[in-house]
Amino acid sequence: MHTDQLIACPTCDVLNRDEDVKPHTVARCARCGTVLAAPKSGAMTRIAMLSLTALVLLAAAAGFPFLELRAQGLSHQASVLDAVLAFSSGPMAPLSLATALLIVLLPAARYCALIYTLAPMALGWRPAPHAAAAYRWAERLKPWAMAEIFIIGVAVALVKVSGLARVGLGPAFWAFAALLVVTILTDNAICRLTVWKTLKTRSAS
Amino acid sequence: MENPENPQRFLTAAAAGLAGCRVCGTANPGGARACTCCGSPLAAADPASLQRVWAWLAAGLIAYVPANVYPMLRTTTFGRSSENTLIGGIAELFSHGSYGVALIVFFASIVIPVAKFLAIAYLAVSVRKLAALGSHGRLVLYEVVEFIGRWSMIDVFVVAILTALVQLDFAAAIAPGMAAVSFAISVAFTMLAAQSFDPRLIWNAESENLNDHA
Repeated sequence: MHTDQLIACPTCDVLNRDEDVKPHTVARCARCGTVLAAPKSGAMTRIAMLSLTALVLLAAAAGFPFLELRAQGLSHQASVLDAVLAFSSGPMAPLSLATALLIVLLPAARYCALIYTLAPMALGWRPAPHAAAAYRWAERLKPWAMAEIFIIGVAVALVKVSGLARVGLGPAFWAFAALLVVTILTDNAICRLTVWKTLKTRSAS
Repeated sequence: MENPENPQRFLTAAAAGLAGCRVCGTANPGGARACTCCGSPLAAADPASLQRVWAWLAAGLIAYVPANVYPMLRTTTFGRSSENTLIGGIAELFSHGSYGVALIVFFASIVIPVAKFLAIAYLAVSVRKLAALGSHGRLVLYEVVEFIGRWSMIDVFVVAILTALVQLDFAAAIAPGMAAVSFAISVAFTMLAAQSFDPRLIWNAESENLNDHA
C-alpha cells in the first residue's frame, strides 16, 4: 500500500487507512481515538468568516472604552491598553509585553494566519504561498492566544470590585464577550487533519 | 478501547519504518528530517525528550514558590496600604461571601497548578514502566492537562485589570505585586512542560513491556 493512503495518528503514531469520510461523520484512530477526520460541509468558509469576525471584534476591543469605575464622586476609565500597561512600571515591565501578546497580539496573529490559509480554500482557489507554514503557526499559537481567558479574568475582577464601587461596561467589554463565543465556535469548527488534507490535495492539483 | 488486551494488533509508523508527522499525520519515508506535507521537523518518539519535560516542570515548580510567598496585589485606601497574597485574596473573597468566585480563583490558582505538576510528573514517570492507569487513561490525563493549563493565567489577568481599573487617587489604588510575574512565568513553564511531552511515549511503554513478557 502506498504511504499516501495512510495516516499516522498524530497522538499515538498508529497507521490508519485514509478513507473518504462522509460529511458530518467522524473518523477516529483505531487505538487512541484521536479524531483523524471530521469533514463538515462549508467548514472552510465558516472558519474564515469567524476568523474575520474575531479580528474585527479584537480591533473594537482594543479601541473602544473598556471599563469605568465610579465611587464617592470619583471616576476612572480603563481601556484594554491600560490593562496591558498595568505592569509597565518598574521591574515588572516584561509582563506588560507578555500580557499584550497573550490577549491581543497573538490572537490577532492567529486569526490572520487562519484567514490567510483558509480563505483561498473557501473560495476554491489554490493555497496562497507559504500557506502550510502559516497554518502550522496558527496551530502553534493556539494555546498562547488567551483572549477568551482574559474576559473570564475580567468577570472575576468585576466581582471583586463590585462591592466597593460601581462599574460601567463599555463597548470593548461586549466585544471581548462576543470574542469568547466566536473563539469557541472557531475552535470547534476546525478539524486540523482535514485542513492539512485539503491543503495537500489543493496544492498538488 | 475495542481491543485493550491485544495492543500488538496495531502497527505504528515507526515500527513500519516510516516517520509519522505529529502535526498533519502524513506518513513520511523513514529517515526524513522534515514532513513533506507541512514542513514540520520530524523526530522519533524518544524517552530522552522527557528531560525537556522535567526541566520545564522544575522551572515551573521553582517559579510557583515566590508566586505564593510574595504579594499578588498591593491595595492603598486612604493612605493605608495592605498586601494580598494568592491565598489571602481567596480568603478575602470567601469572607465577602462570593463563594462562587472564591472557588473559581481557588481552582485556577491553587488546585489546577498543583494538580498539573503532579499529572505531568506522573505522565513522565509512567513512560518508563507500565503504570496503574492504562494508556487510555493517561492519554485523557494528558489531554486534560494540555487543555486546562492555560486557564491558570486568569490570575495574572485579574491583577492586570484591577490595577488598570482601581486608580481612584487617594480613595483607593491597586498596584501589582511581584507574585504576578512569578505566577505568569510558572504557568508558561508548565505549559511548555506539557507541550514537550510526546504522547506517543504513552504507548511505547506498553508495547515494550509486552515484548519483554513475550
